[in-house]
Amino acid sequence: MDTWRNSALLRTLLVLLGIFACGALACAQTQSTCLDCHSALDPPLQVTAEKFAQDIHAQAGLNCASCHGGDPTKADMDAMSKKAGFRGKIERNQIPALCGRCHSDGAYMRQYNPSLRTDQLSQYKTSVHGKLFAKGDTKVAVCTDCHSVHDLRPASDTRSRVHPLNVAQTCSRCHADAAYMKVYSIPTDQFEKYSASVHHDALVVRGDLSAPTCTTCHGNHGAAPPGVDSVQNVCSKCHVFQDQMYEKSTHKVAFQSASLPGCVVCHSNHAINHPSDARLGAGPQALCMQCHSPGDICDQARVEMLNGLTRLDISIKEANRVLGVAESSGMEVSQARLDEDQARDALTKARVTIHSFRTDLVNQDIQEGLNLAAKNLQAGKNALAERDYRRRGLGFALVFILMGVVGLFLYIRQIERHSQKT
Amino acid sequence: MSLFTRVQAWLDERIHWAELIEPLKKKTVPTHKLSYWYFLGGITLFLFMIQVGTGILLLLYYRPGANEAFESVQYIMTRVQFGWLIRSIHSWAANLMIFTAFAHMFSVVFLRAYRKPRELTWLSGMLLLFLAMGFGFSGYLLPWNTLAFFATKVGTEIAGQVPFIGHSLMVFLRGGEEVTGATLTRFFGFHVAVLPLLTTLLVAIHLALVQYFGMSVPPGLEARWKAAPTDACQMKFFPKFFLRELMAWYIALGVLGALAAILPWELGTKADPFAPAPAGIRPEWYFMFMFQTLKKIPAKLWFLDGEIVGILVFGAAGLLWMLLPFFDQLGRGRGRKFIMGAGVFALSYITAMTIYGYVAK
Repeated sequence: MDTWRNSALLRTLLVLLGIFACGALACAQTQSTCLDCHSALDPPLQVTAEKFAQDIHAQAGLNCASCHGGDPTKADMDAMSKKAGFRGKIERNQIPALCGRCHSDGAYMRQYNPSLRTDQLSQYKTSVHGKLFAKGDTKVAVCTDCHSVHDLRPASDTRSRVHPLNVAQTCSRCHADAAYMKVYSIPTDQFEKYSASVHHDALVVRGDLSAPTCTTCHGNHGAAPPGVDSVQNVCSKCHVFQDQMYEKSTHKVAFQSASLPGCVVCHSNHAINHPSDARLGAGPQALCMQCHSPGDICDQARVEMLNGLTRLDISIKEANRVLGVAESSGMEVSQARLDEDQARDALTKARVTIHSFRTDLVNQDIQEGLNLAAKNLQAGKNALAERDYRRRGLGFALVFILMGVVGLFLYIRQIERHSQKT
Repeated sequence: MSLFTRVQAWLDERIHWAELIEPLKKKTVPTHKLSYWYFLGGITLFLFMIQVGTGILLLLYYRPGANEAFESVQYIMTRVQFGWLIRSIHSWAANLMIFTAFAHMFSVVFLRAYRKPRELTWLSGMLLLFLAMGFGFSGYLLPWNTLAFFATKVGTEIAGQVPFIGHSLMVFLRGGEEVTGATLTRFFGFHVAVLPLLTTLLVAIHLALVQYFGMSVPPGLEARWKAAPTDACQMKFFPKFFLRELMAWYIALGVLGALAAILPWELGTKADPFAPAPAGIRPEWYFMFMFQTLKKIPAKLWFLDGEIVGILVFGAAGLLWMLLPFFDQLGRGRGRKFIMGAGVFALSYITAMTIYGYVAK
């Protein structure tokens, strides 16, 4: 009897447990049924829970239905019925508008990120991508091409395709693909050139995230090549002093009247190499002589500026060498080392002033640097003279010490001889 | 009558000078083939006197404080007449003094000069060595340069690992939770007031004990001299030994001057507490063997923290080392053998770990 009772009790418990488990399962399924199936599908339909969990939208509480419609609370195909508002796969030509539905709505976006701009779609419409897209070209970039989809991360995330370190790579996916870009008849070597540039070096090698990448000069959502007249404005966003000097130069007017793109004439665009004084010279890296004739007034100015820079560079290096010798001799020359930085700053300033193409201004900076370099050289020479003085002093002191030791030695011997006699 | 004799007569009339110096006149030093080890203590004393003299001169210009210390040392080295020489001699003499103190200590161990009745001389000497290391540790920070700043940070962190009192000790040493200007002024106080006072007292006691007991003779020789007293060889302290000691001091002065002139002590760059620690932080060479050991001890030894075990072992070893003379007579010669073994081990270990510390990356 007891056994039967126990058995009934056990069965009742099992039934209750079963009901509870089903309820819990059903409750779990109400969260999102989409991923249950799509995580098991093959790409491109595959979206795993792990992948979607990385998406900034998922983290903000949005789900599949936010973009694709439907009812993810339903477990069967009703979830994907027209009645439930299911939109299915978002076609490329619908993507900008779909994203813009939220991202252009200031009031809506404020709930999630009040500082996020809401003009991406309107900017996109002004871009080369957006204009071609409006003409029905769906090969051009849309939001998901750059930002990815289902694992979309904020630009501050280093894994994001639009993080500064990854932007050039992202753009190159299309712009370095000669076959893909064939119909647009534009070069596809931008990424290759940029990768060898001083900007890439600063950004990727030195890790300076403020260094320019594609979007810095071309814009991001409104991406377009800067026009001939805008080049100077774009470069001057970072190169402020060069811009101020260029404004004073005769080249500004000359380039404008010849419709030449300012900075790009000498520095090129994507393949901007580290500038060197050799560009002012007459060798293979020479720039000036590509337009100017030997012996003309501009050539004379070039020679004068180059000579000044070379003289200052040599003076700084000589002072540095002498200070180095003094330092390795243990002399204290930290103040001269600080002044040396000022001399180097003067050289950098003179190199910036070159953009004015005015010898009087350049010479002014060079003279300032030469004075500092001369002072540092003198400090180094003084330190070496002091070192020699110390060594001479040591020599004299050691002679006296030796005389003292010998004198003591002789005196001890004398005492000992005297004590032996007595 | 010469001036010297007249001064002597003047003093004799008033304070009985002749009677006062009579014991010194009678004082002798044993002469044997190992007598030159006796000079080490005197050289250490000479270097200590140089430290006092140069330290006082540095005090005329040095300003303790995080905003002024580095600049004041820089000023001493570049603007003050012979300031570079005084500072370099102070730094070099500090290192040479600790070196000669270590050498003196090991010579005492290997010649068994610590044995009865000189236990107190040994103890006072050991305390003096610890004080000298304290001088080194506190003085190292005073120029407030990067290397010293981070070495002090590491050093006080290690002190902070001592069980029970570690944290309080670290806060006491630093004058707070971090190494700051407060640590600098505190170390300055230790360096120029507390440690000199204690050292002067202990030097006086140590010298008085040396005078009282006289120089120790190596045990084998002592036995032979006892058996045949006519073989005992003695030298008068004044003037013979004293003049020889003076020669040793002169030579030490020459070495010191050469080091200061040819290899002036570097100043480095000013400490920046917010900068990351530079690579290659190392303590002064005399702490290197401990530093390297603590670096190499595994993080966990069974269930204990490796660093704490290391500190405790060093603490226990230091205590045993201080009590060394009391083991000499134990176990019918076994204690003596243990001391010799411990001496050889300690010397080999300190040398090997110091070299390893400098060679290891």
